[in-house]
Amino acid sequence: MEKEIRIDIRKLVFVEDVYIVSDNIITNLGFTTEENLDQVVSGHTGIKLMEDERISPEPFYASMIDREELTGRFSMLGNPERYTRFEQLVVCSVHDALLQTKLNLAGRRVLFILSTTKGNVEMLKDNSRTSPENNRLYLWESGEIIRSFFHFTNDTLVVSNACVSGLVAILTGARLIRAGLYDHIIVTGAEILSEFIYSGFSSFKSLSRGPCRPFDKTRDGLSLGEGAGTVILSSRPDLNPEREPVLAGRGFSSNDANHISGPSRTGEGLYIAIQQTLKHYKGKTDYISAHGTATPYNDEMEAVAITRSGLQDVPVNSLKGYWGHTLGAAGVIESVAAVHSIRNRMLIGTKGFLEPGVSQSINVIAQTRSENISNCLKIASGFGGCNAAIMYYR
Amino acid sequence: MSVSLHISNFCLIRNNHVMAGKHLLFTGKEIAFQDFIKEAYQHFKIGYPKFYKMDNLSKLGFMAAELLLKDRDLNRDYGKDGTGIILANAAASLDTDRNYQISINDRNNYFPSPSVFVYTLPNILMGEISIRHHLFGENAFFIQKKFDSLFMVEYVTQLFEKQIVACCITGWVEMDADQYDAVLFLVEKTGQLNDGITIFNVRNIDDIYCLKI
Repeated sequence: MEKEIRIDIRKLVFVEDVYIVSDNIITNLGFTTEENLDQVVSGHTGIKLMEDERISPEPFYASMIDREELTGRFSMLGNPERYTRFEQLVVCSVHDALLQTKLNLAGRRVLFILSTTKGNVEMLKDNSRTSPENNRLYLWESGEIIRSFFHFTNDTLVVSNACVSGLVAILTGARLIRAGLYDHIIVTGAEILSEFIYSGFSSFKSLSRGPCRPFDKTRDGLSLGEGAGTVILSSRPDLNPEREPVLAGRGFSSNDANHISGPSRTGEGLYIAIQQTLKHYKGKTDYISAHGTATPYNDEMEAVAITRSGLQDVPVNSLKGYWGHTLGAAGVIESVAAVHSIRNRMLIGTKGFLEPGVSQSINVIAQTRSENISNCLKIASGFGGCNAAIMYYR
Repeated sequence: MSVSLHISNFCLIRNNHVMAGKHLLFTGKEIAFQDFIKEAYQHFKIGYPKFYKMDNLSKLGFMAAELLLKDRDLNRDYGKDGTGIILANAAASLDTDRNYQISINDRNNYFPSPSVFVYTLPNILMGEISIRHHLFGENAFFIQKKFDSLFMVEYVTQLFEKQIVACCITGWVEMDADQYDAVLFLVEKTGQLNDGITIFNVRNIDDIYCLKI
């Protein structure tokens, strides 16, 4: 009977404002949002030439989290022998975000959403048959492990929607709060780099020879990264009163209906996602945080969709040059950066960008600078022809 | 304001059987999924050669969508971005992940293939359905331990209430080694199954999901 009651409650509640009350980023550049953004604003990148036989026989460029440092951080929270790197990463990110709020985690009004494309996929190596011991290959089981660690009441909701997972997870969380179903939703996106992921992108010939160069004339592919990002969404701004409130607005996810592995040449799906998002907002868009993977096709497609939307003069950046492409984490990590850009009135330069290299004349932010922005349109696209857009504002 | 939503059609594929709109449409002779789905493809005269390139998860969901949307044109009825696709399963793309992993296990016999790798994402299935039926609307793929009718009803209902969708394909498409199970629902503001209107709610969805075929 409780099922029916929840639906009745919803009809009585009307929430529009969804606040981002806390956040975290963990990457090669640091274990908190502040550490990461300090490094980014200083122009540093986490993408380095790596030698790791577990991932590739050849040296490769990627942004990777130091194994020992992650284990050391996690060991203050739990026994690292009982949790995989992926799980440790998620726990550390959620824990840091929770520290900054007065959120009471108990109860049915709190939900945890986990965004990832591949979770613990590295456990598949030499173990292609699933057995009870490697139940952890199932993404719902990852969700369950995190639920159990923090004693959340509700089952974890996992989103696995390729490279738009992070934005879809935040969109889903914001909608569930707006529908009155939950008061607080913790959204974490996380990805660990594995041979599985590296070899796949390599087989697609999507990887850059050096650190990636979004929107640049010489761009030749993406750099992979690992990391986690967390945002805590709430219907109540008072959970973190010291901070200027930034809100998660409306958004849309769409499909190109064109090709499963290549972006649409017309940017149709992304154009639709942008249109469906902007129809809720009258004022001008101040800033676009693009997906900007630095593959020739992705950046071109985004430039086309941005121009078709009449947003070609709006400052746009890609943050992939700092953290690489963190797949299921990217949408969340870049959303955290967008929230702080709005709060700090700052536009972050596009690391790796020197000379325009797309067919449309878009306004790529080259250098980090102050600017009095009040909103950000965050966009993303991925395999399967999926796209997503969401508005953040203060 | 709340909207009243109807299940205007559904399709179930399990145990070598295909059922749509409360009619058993096909019973396969073959037991193994690969053979059964090929048999079904031929039986229904689908005529879509790309089908053969798909992984098993996509074949299963694609077939369910074919029968769910038979004689329908949702792009025409609801506009190109009016129909959402909201799917869930438990194993994500693990079935294909295992196959891909085998191709990279041995460094001396290393053959990672982009055409296999692309299917190591569950949402590729939504791409396949979108391409086939020219649908550009809202997309989301969730991973849950088991079919969760409450979440499905709540999530899809708010998409209608907030006018994010005007029509929705939703359901559960699971492929895990030898185990497969698909149930898709077509949800619209109007419409009826052949023996009367069925409201899109938790009880009706559970009843359909639990049908033994």
